[in-house]
Amino acid sequence: MSGYNFAYLDEQTKRMIRRAILKAVAIPGHQVPFGGREMPLPYGWGTGGIQVTAAILGPSDVLKVIDQGADDTTNAVSIRRFFARTAGIETTTHTADASVIQTRHRIPETPLRADQIIVYQVPLPEPLAKLEQSRAETRQMHALAEYGLMHVKLYEDIARYGHISISYDYPVMVNGRYLMSPSPIPAFDTPKMHRMAALQLFGAGREKRIYAIPPHTDVKPLDFDDHPFRLTRAPQACGLCGARDSYLDEVVMDDRGGRLFVCSDTDYCAGRQSMRQDEDAAA
Amino acid sequence: MAYVAVKGGERAIDAAHDWLARARRGDRSLPEIGTAQIASQLGRAVDRVMAEGSCYDPDLAALAIKQAQGDLIEAAFLLRAYRTTLPRFAHSEPVETDAMLLRRRISAIYKDLPGGQVLGPTYDYTHRLLDFALAAESLEVTPLPLAAASSEDTPRVTALLDQEGLIEPSGVSTEAEPGDLTRDALAFPAERDVRLQSLARGDEGFLLALGYSTQRGYGNNHPFVGEIRVGEVAVELVPPELGFPITIGTITLTECEMVNQFSGSKTEPPQFTRGYGLCFGHSERRAMGMALVDRAMRAEELGENATAPAQDIEFVLSHCDNIEATGFVEHLKLPHYVDFQSELETIRRMRATATAATVATETEA
Repeated sequence: MSGYNFAYLDEQTKRMIRRAILKAVAIPGHQVPFGGREMPLPYGWGTGGIQVTAAILGPSDVLKVIDQGADDTTNAVSIRRFFARTAGIETTTHTADASVIQTRHRIPETPLRADQIIVYQVPLPEPLAKLEQSRAETRQMHALAEYGLMHVKLYEDIARYGHISISYDYPVMVNGRYLMSPSPIPAFDTPKMHRMAALQLFGAGREKRIYAIPPHTDVKPLDFDDHPFRLTRAPQACGLCGARDSYLDEVVMDDRGGRLFVCSDTDYCAGRQSMRQDEDAAA
Repeated sequence: MAYVAVKGGERAIDAAHDWLARARRGDRSLPEIGTAQIASQLGRAVDRVMAEGSCYDPDLAALAIKQAQGDLIEAAFLLRAYRTTLPRFAHSEPVETDAMLLRRRISAIYKDLPGGQVLGPTYDYTHRLLDFALAAESLEVTPLPLAAASSEDTPRVTALLDQEGLIEPSGVSTEAEPGDLTRDALAFPAERDVRLQSLARGDEGFLLALGYSTQRGYGNNHPFVGEIRVGEVAVELVPPELGFPITIGTITLTECEMVNQFSGSKTEPPQFTRGYGLCFGHSERRAMGMALVDRAMRAEELGENATAPAQDIEFVLSHCDNIEATGFVEHLKLPHYVDFQSELETIRRMRATATAATVATETEA
């Protein structure tokens, strides 16, 4: 796009963001403050992820953008267009074909490879925010690795409900040191972060924080020996592709309680559907 | 009904933008509004957008207002997003409001004072009666003859108090480079330079409400308007190859100095203290709100008991930016069905457990 630098941000800003990313990779799970810029998209709509993506994109990259697991949700379309316009790079909806995947609220079902980077959009990077409002205070808690407050919260959940009631944005320990918000992905996706082959980068634009999980790093959901971490998933199979291992969206079909459960990862679902058709054709 | 995957996001976005453009233009039988008209006739709106957009450019602010259909927060956002792409080639010298070409200057604490009270263009004493004559187009106002503006510096009201030693000294200027939250992430505890920068571009309504809350007892600091001045100041720059300042233009500023009662603390003697407000354009409401909140946030520094929202630096600074606030509030419109789905499963499980427990108790009984 004329009048703007490659991928929108000027090179000075990209350099500042890359430095923050390098620091974040060096200290897995630690939130690194950065001089976040106003983006032409609103805060809360992925400005952190967009800045991280803009800083790491090169002309040969292939970008995939998903929101709620889908490539065709309006915000995913809008962000993908933004980069197609400002960087002129190739985009894709296929997880396997992408070198950079920017996501909001999901991790793709297809396992990611070492040559891929996943960029998470993060609304509230501070995992302790709901327990302690002051960021000056939480910073100190991280410095001292003082996470008792979160354990107490989980314990109280078990005492009240018999199990931990956090179903998304489930707090994790990264590399045995920092408590981290995995962004609001469902707890179902949390185990995918553990020792993932791909580099995981997290950008929070409004809160001006970047953090990272280097490849093959330990990521453990916080839990107790007698109350281990549990996944939540609708018990059904996907109504379109029959998958029983994917995260499902519940679609309301009518006003009489009719429901259809379908894969939230549209690329995964479409891939399985076309595979099925091939099998049917072969049979 | 068959399940239809929500495809066609791209077409929907294009159609929405097209509709928006038509809605913006309004009734085509009426002439289109020009940005020059907005800049010249909706000056207060332009001033607000420049302040919150953190960019002094009346023409661009007018364009943003037109593009945003008069939604001033949206317009400030447009201006900010533009501003952040501009290169920084120099810093101006600090502007000198002592040498302001005054359009308005009032003090509420002295009846008369050197430099005089200058009422200027104010709504303060207008009767708020709808002026139906304004609805008629092409109304010509016969101007009164203008008196020549004084070119002499007007002394500050707070300086008069300072002569008697009744007010704390104004902030000490240091050689240290002032903080800049447009370049560095806000960190707590935040110093006064960064706090003032944050307030100067903060949401006018938020500053107003917080300032108001201090008056109603949530962190009261007994304010008096020492002085408000509105006018033009020169912006000067020292080009390295010249080594002396040259004027690159003038900007309109509103400055408010509040004088606040203070009964003293363990470390400070009883004296008046200061709250400071400064903003682009003509906006006394913003400058006053800012000055009240600035003083409230100094509670801890002055050894006061900081208990009210306006005195909580983290609370104020984290929430005064309306571009951030509107983004995060409005992002709730984005799809959240993945998280909602996991909440559905969790609440179903919790209800099943609760129902089973109730049934078990009833059977026992």
